[in-house]
Amino acid sequence: MTVSIPLTATPLLASFHRRRLIALAVPAVILAYLVYIFFAFDIAGLAGRARLDNAKILLGDFVSYKTHVTRNNTTGAVTVAVEGEAKGTFAPGHLPDWVKVQGDTTTVDLGAGHVVTYDATGARYVVPGYGTIDIRPEGGKLTLTAPQPLPDWINASDTRVSVTTSHGRFAYTRSKVETFRYAPGWPLFFFTPDSAFFGKSWGELATLALWEPRLEAAQPNILGMVHDFWTNKMWRHGDVVWAIGETILMAFLGTMGAAIVSLPLAFLAARNMNRLAPVRFALRRVFDFVRGVDALIWTIILSRAFGPGPMTGALAMLVTDTGSFGKTFSEALENIDEKQVDGIRSTGANTVQRARWGVLPQVLPVLLSQVLYFLESNTRSATVVGAIVGGGIGLLLTQAIQTQKDWEDVAYYVLLIIGMVMAMDSLSGWLRRKLIKGE
Amino acid sequence: MVDVSFGPEPGPRPAPPAGPYLAMQRRKRVYGLVLLVLFVALLASGFQVAENRNAGGFLNGLAQLDDFPAEVLSEAWAKRAAIPGRMWEYLPSLLETINIAAVSTLLGVLAASVLSLLATRGLARWPRLTPLFRRLLDAFRAVPEIVVALVLIYILGPGPVPAMIAISLHTAGAMGKLFSEVAENTDLKPVEGLTSTGASWGQKMWLGIIPQVAPNWLSYALLRFEVNVRASAILGFVGSGGIGYELKVAMQWGGGKYDQVVAIFLLLFLTIMLIDQCSDRLRHRLVKGA
Repeated sequence: MTVSIPLTATPLLASFHRRRLIALAVPAVILAYLVYIFFAFDIAGLAGRARLDNAKILLGDFVSYKTHVTRNNTTGAVTVAVEGEAKGTFAPGHLPDWVKVQGDTTTVDLGAGHVVTYDATGARYVVPGYGTIDIRPEGGKLTLTAPQPLPDWINASDTRVSVTTSHGRFAYTRSKVETFRYAPGWPLFFFTPDSAFFGKSWGELATLALWEPRLEAAQPNILGMVHDFWTNKMWRHGDVVWAIGETILMAFLGTMGAAIVSLPLAFLAARNMNRLAPVRFALRRVFDFVRGVDALIWTIILSRAFGPGPMTGALAMLVTDTGSFGKTFSEALENIDEKQVDGIRSTGANTVQRARWGVLPQVLPVLLSQVLYFLESNTRSATVVGAIVGGGIGLLLTQAIQTQKDWEDVAYYVLLIIGMVMAMDSLSGWLRRKLIKGE
Repeated sequence: MVDVSFGPEPGPRPAPPAGPYLAMQRRKRVYGLVLLVLFVALLASGFQVAENRNAGGFLNGLAQLDDFPAEVLSEAWAKRAAIPGRMWEYLPSLLETINIAAVSTLLGVLAASVLSLLATRGLARWPRLTPLFRRLLDAFRAVPEIVVALVLIYILGPGPVPAMIAISLHTAGAMGKLFSEVAENTDLKPVEGLTSTGASWGQKMWLGIIPQVAPNWLSYALLRFEVNVRASAILGFVGSGGIGYELKVAMQWGGGKYDQVVAIFLLLFLTIMLIDQCSDRLRHRLVKGA
């Protein structure tokens, strides 16, 4: 007995030993690879290249906005505009209540005692706990009077003075003086200042919509509200909804088109459906080729022929998915139970009838679940494809990111895309349960 | 005779339920027909809308379908001698694309394996937090890669890192869901055995669950690697980094650089085919057992 123990133990111990080596080697290889990547991707240099101030701008813009109060120093005209954009400009009689214009004097109340005043002699900024910053243009130069020594949040030269505090920013140059007031939220999300419904509270809007007299005789207030919201120049809600629709349309047309094209081809490529081996072989290679040529390449080639737009995106997805569907469909067809087909054949059914009544009922659940799964993932990729072919929400998103200033638009689109993807996920899950499990 | 004892009771048989059954069949067929008509109508109107909003029409496009490939191929054919050299030139950026895919698969899978165990009922370290981890995985999955990549390019500057982070996040979400489904179906007896020895949660998972799920998880991870190679090429085209970016640069040049375009197409095609084949074979071995 004592002899037999080492005989059985040795191979066992050896296998344990080998396993332990593997258990140590795998993390070591992974670690070595990550170290290689660390140098290949220059992660160490990333800290130097990263623009954390950009991150701050971006995050700030996601949740807040600024309103510019600008005075042109040559003409004396004062404009108040959200983000300094023409489409966000307030009409002179309807300025926000924190801006007061009286003759030559403009007072901007930044809150918590911060007050900026523009007047004929120059401009003043009262900072609580510090004092008054007074700027006067004299002889083509700016003269700054402020408590000394100047703190580092005041930047002054002969031609430009800028002040950045927790409550706003202020800049004086010879041509203009500008104050930025920050506020939380997304600006003008519902109505722009040119709308009659701008600046009204929820209660006022509700009463306007329900029973108050029409602001414009031509249409009821509620239609006016819908119209003004839909055509909001700042956020372009109408265009955005169209873009989301286009993106879903691309995914839908691409997936369904691919399913329709690949079903007959899959029959021809399945061993038990088609006896001609060369045809099967050729079709399989076509499927492989179409899948191997990436969606990216198809998208590029097709957008040259069809021009930018949703049709191109749909076709690109159609072509790529035809390869995947052809492969999985023909595999599903090869795995069917032949007895059902034999039963149908015994009634004298022809090929098409056998396929319809003997084969399709067996494979339909598999095919449907595949198609729905692809619909779901295509909704996601339609955003990227849209960015390449120039259609849908992907285009709007890339444009908003490339301008590098409308980050609140980016946040809005991102939320919409996530909502769209989640909605499509639940829709396809619901359809799957309904159609396949028959609940 | 024996069979009869298992058959229906002797005596007059009940009439087949022809009425209700046929009615149900008819109703089913009507539903099916309505669904079909609805589907065809959706498809047709969708096609019409897409056609109207597209710059070029469908039929016009079909006629021009081979213009661009013909132009590219004829130019590339004229410069065919240069193509192998070009392919060699683009090898580093191809490697970058593959590296992005590999690292993000690796990081994503590592994150997914921890998150999925935390999100699986019956295995979670903190059972009350399972819904939280599930929602977290959903959120990772729902944010498209391009969004994360483009925003990160703004902050981190161009390079492979934004794409890497974007794909990792998405991989963690997508794999986490699949991994958790696999882990749900494991045998809990090893875990019970380990619990009786006083093993910690980490030890229970590492020794009791991971060996059971490893083949399936690995197979999913390989499939994901395939997907991620394509994703990293596309992100390169839209954002920056890797062979996708080189392709964009060559494409923007238009005529004159088509030999480079063809070289990149060929590299991408061959790589994707090769990875497909290898991972297909590996997965077959993993799932069916070596």
